[in-house]
Amino acid sequence: MQITSPAFKENARRALSDAQLQKALGHVRSGFIDKRQYAVEALPEFDALRDSARAIKDHTLAHLDLYLEAYEEKVKKAGGYVHWAETAADARNVILEICRAAGARTVTKGKSMITEEIGLNEFLEKEGVRPVETDLGEYIIQLRGEHPSHIIAPAVHLTRDQVEADFRRAHDHLPVARDLSEPESLLGEARRVLRYQYFQADVGITGANFLVAETGSSIIVTNEGNGDLTQILPRVHVVVASIEKIVPTLEDVSQILRLLARSATGQDMSVYTTLSTGPRRPGDPDGPDEYHVVLVDNGRSSMLGTEFQDMLRCIRCGACMNHCPVYHAVGGHAYGWVYPGPMGAVLTPSLVGVDKAGHLPNASTFCGRCEAVCPMRIPLPKMMRHWREREFSRGLNPATQRYGLRAWAMFARRPKLYRLASSFGIPLLSFFKGRKGSFRYLPLAGGWTRHREMPAPEGRTFMQQWRDRDAQKQEARA
Amino acid sequence: MKSERVEESRRVGLFVTCLVDLFRPTVGFASVKLLENAGCQVDVPMAQTCCGQPAYNSGDRADAIAIARNTIEAFEDYDYVVTPSGSCAGMLKKHYPSLFKGDPRWEARAEAFAAKVHELVSFLVDVLGVRSVGAAHAGTVTYHDSCSGLRELGIREQPRNLLASVSGLELKEMRDSDVCCGFGGTFCVKYPEISNRIVEEKTANIRAAGAETLLAGDLGCLMNMAGKLERQGIDVKVRHVAEVLAGMDDGPAIGRGKG
Ligand code: SF4
Repeated sequence: MQITSPAFKENARRALSDAQLQKALGHVRSGFIDKRQYAVEALPEFDALRDSARAIKDHTLAHLDLYLEAYEEKVKKAGGYVHWAETAADARNVILEICRAAGARTVTKGKSMITEEIGLNEFLEKEGVRPVETDLGEYIIQLRGEHPSHIIAPAVHLTRDQVEADFRRAHDHLPVARDLSEPESLLGEARRVLRYQYFQADVGITGANFLVAETGSSIIVTNEGNGDLTQILPRVHVVVASIEKIVPTLEDVSQILRLLARSATGQDMSVYTTLSTGPRRPGDPDGPDEYHVVLVDNGRSSMLGTEFQDMLRCIRCGACMNHCPVYHAVGGHAYGWVYPGPMGAVLTPSLVGVDKAGHLPNASTFCGRCEAVCPMRIPLPKMMRHWREREFSRGLNPATQRYGLRAWAMFARRPKLYRLASSFGIPLLSFFKGRKGSFRYLPLAGGWTRHREMPAPEGRTFMQQWRDRDAQKQEARA
Repeated sequence: MKSERVEESRRVGLFVTCLVDLFRPTVGFASVKLLENAGCQVDVPMAQTCCGQPAYNSGDRADAIAIARNTIEAFEDYDYVVTPSGSCAGMLKKHYPSLFKGDPRWEARAEAFAAKVHELVSFLVDVLGVRSVGAAHAGTVTYHDSCSGLRELGIREQPRNLLASVSGLELKEMRDSDVCCGFGGTFCVKYPEISNRIVEEKTANIRAAGAETLLAGDLGCLMNMAGKLERQGIDVKVRHVAEVLAGMDDGPAIGRGKG
């Protein structure tokens, strides 16, 4: 997928003036926050679960190699294959080989962010294999030739009207007069169209919410059941998962699952929680003949042991973006790559480089709401600040910013000089305000005054007045 | 009279904050008044400038550390360090220690300093046990929870409790009072369009609350919201919460002229 993160500012500007998008983004504000709040309040042990989940993941990350190897053993024992992919290209090639060996012309796909990350769809298409997205949101954006704008609600940037128009365009074999006015009717139509695809597909590709070392299982959670059909009906099932999805035991998973749906959609549990362990065994009523797992690193192992390791606890619930004022304002596409919002602002520079994604950790007010809701207690603002530090020490931020900052710091580090400068500058500024009390325009403050007035200083600085007050007191005493 | 009530353990160093010093000295004097009324002896060390957030949040650790050292040196002899800003208090209390982590000479000093730091209103309520301020304010107000104070320091009920003790004052809560106003320090000039979108959302909620005055505990946020309200022509006065609590709310509101 092409990276447009360096153009974040232009992306954001376009998003802000896109009326359809702004309308659709209203649903992020109204649709997720209250539901999560109710779900969390109804579970007294929620915060204790967060602590426990953090501990589980921290422990796993400290012994990542061990658990991954144990997992591999179990998968093999169950009759499956494990492929290690260091880079996105490695992962794509392995998956293509599996498809070729299966003689696949069509593959069905469950919702998965990692296949977005490795750019699987474009690649397969180019190689003559047709990927069909089966999650409703993914299906919609595939019709539109877009990418997800949210990690759990890929089409959240679209209004219902837009989706209806897309369906009428794409499904032109269906009666024109049909009623598509309700979200349910859209879902029904997508289901009918997709049902046929499941049986055409030779390979089904899913992501994984968790990999369980204890059993060699992969777990997906969905609300539509499309993932089940994707992994059961085709002859070959491929699980694509990044290495940090591993957890030691089923007991661990069951704890983290209690956080996931509540944080994501405010549900107690997703509608479907599906475990798959190896291919169909003799006597099983269904299941694939072949079972593959592609374990993708793609930069994650180099985050281990750094100040960004905590990011690998992420379970992709989306709560951080649902609560982010910047995400609410510009939506997911403005971030310019696969992962938007606060988690993207930390993860994207790790995976594609801070030289390309430097805007992302900067475009935050540090309001801290993301960290406050993150079920895995990931200190997102702190890590964004770490990225800013790296940028600063490598001289990557704009020169005007750096010089401005250095000049200011020169004074801020020297209290006497600072006093002197402020005692001249501020009264001068307040003199010019006239009677109005604020400025419509101020030189060098265009970023501020383009959108708002600049309140003027009251008059002399506090320090000047305080010193006078002290002096008067001394005099009175004398 | 007052000095008889000063206890040895209530020597407070007031960290004025750079914005209050430059733009709104009234907030500084209101803070002094509230602290003195509560029996504190207040000093204002002249060797203070800014808490260092502009540097710290821009990734400039070296300058942030230099500024932090100055601040710690200027304030470490006081029993308490109090500041009328949740954001600066958060910096002094939560982030200074992290700046000196692993520094054998400064780590313990920064920790000891941080333990004494408090935001003004929460200091009055949580540490000094103030329940009533004896001020009067005839009119309706709405209160914005600034982010750092709310999420780093847990300041939510304290200002509301003290406002409830102000005679004649009626609090009308706005929707999403806990959502960021879009200020974000340098954020608002680095990403002005996004900041603008966020503050528009905020001023819509302020207007809908229908109160005459908007209060908050951080001057940065207040200047941002006041500037937007003024530009939009929304007639809501904006003040720091300390001005009302100290009964020093007779001068022009933030961004308003003399008349
Ligand atoms: S960073 Fe936290 S809140 Fe955001 S998606 Fe990951 S787990 Fe969820």
